[in-house]
Amino acid sequence: MSSKSIVSITDYSTDQILSILDSAATFEANPNQTILNGKVAATLFFEPSTRTRLSFETAVNRLGGRVIGFSDASTSSSVKGETLNDTIKMVSNYADIIIMRHHLEGAARYASEVTSVPIINAGDGSNQHPSQTMLDLYSIRKTQGRLDNIKIAMVGDLKYGRTVHSLLIALTHFSPQFYFIAPDELRMPEEYKIICDKKGIPYEERTEFNTDIINEVDILYMTRVQKERFTDQMEYEKVKNVYTLRNKMLEHSKDNLRILHPLPRVNEIDMDVDANPKAYYFEQARNGLYARQAMICDTLGLI
Amino acid sequence: MITNNEKELQVKALRNGTVIDHIPSDILFKVVSLLQLDSVKNQITIGNNLTSKRMGKKGIIKISDCYYEEEEISRIALIAPDAKINIIRNFEVIEKKVLSLPDNFTGIVKCPNPKCITNNEPMKTKFEVIKKNPVVLRCPYCEREIQQEDIQLL
Repeated sequence: MSSKSIVSITDYSTDQILSILDSAATFEANPNQTILNGKVAATLFFEPSTRTRLSFETAVNRLGGRVIGFSDASTSSSVKGETLNDTIKMVSNYADIIIMRHHLEGAARYASEVTSVPIINAGDGSNQHPSQTMLDLYSIRKTQGRLDNIKIAMVGDLKYGRTVHSLLIALTHFSPQFYFIAPDELRMPEEYKIICDKKGIPYEERTEFNTDIINEVDILYMTRVQKERFTDQMEYEKVKNVYTLRNKMLEHSKDNLRILHPLPRVNEIDMDVDANPKAYYFEQARNGLYARQAMICDTLGLI
Repeated sequence: MITNNEKELQVKALRNGTVIDHIPSDILFKVVSLLQLDSVKNQITIGNNLTSKRMGKKGIIKISDCYYEEEEISRIALIAPDAKINIIRNFEVIEKKVLSLPDNFTGIVKCPNPKCITNNEPMKTKFEVIKKNPVVLRCPYCEREIQQEDIQLL
């Protein structure tokens, strides 16, 4: 079992998070290096995710490492009935680090128990996706100059959205103030509110998404309200446009406000917002490259 | 012991062995399967829906000439944390055991999340005990919490 594997953002202490963010900043200043020369990274995507895979593979390539792997389970032997245990043990013979995405929850934790090669979890079902959380933290710190005392509104699907759950957990180290804005069907689950209560972190829950909140906050974290999450399709039709951000809603927002979104977005951020300098979601995705470079090098003990 | 007789008489007294008392009636047979009593050859007396001052109705299991290891018996706390274990020798209670779950355990329970890796890969389940009474478990793989009433035995 490798202690260096990164399965969940909670595998990092506050100090480790800050040190990864610092090293991500050095990669941003100089993204092309040779630090991974001679290293092989395996990207095992049992579930397809082009965006995440390209980001990880770019991170390895720009640091001089090489990549092996598959981008879809149908091209791996898991379709022949091979267990995850066997696939991981086999790949461990070839690679110095394994970056994996799997549709089953806990797959990365289990993989980290059956091999001594470090594992980075690139998403396990609706459970964890720590590199997304790291890039979100990086984007917040970069745009606000700090992580402490951030006022952040999370908007959209707060029930199933794993990115908001992990970000919430990670931010609890930094005395945030939360606004949870979601339709009744997609409210923030109780367990996360209990975590806030225990740590004395203030939060407000609302169903309306309006300028009162937008004008208050430093970060607006938008998420996609997915049609398939609704048992009642009428309900979806009612709410789908209620949680859409439009440029005119930003008129009186704070100067330091930045809009984040894990992407892909559909209609929750109108295209007219893209030109606003407060729209940060595309830069946020680019920050993912630096955050992943830092996580890979940290996992391999190179920084 | 005379005061106890009235209670004890609802089920035949045991000479030597283990008595598991104060089992909630609706989970008595879960305790039977947890201890795999169907494959035990000793004499077993099972009583259910017996009158109990404290619980209204209760179940009781008496297993003759059988003494359990601490670890084995403590599993009962997963589904019946208030059950009482009495060790009997020559009709006398020589020891009362208090059930106490370990902080972690392997196997015994199934993770209720169908998308959890443990339900899809030939591997053992593992759990962290977050709370002991009522029991709350946490699967370290899918990270879901499991409430006592949702605990399913393997």
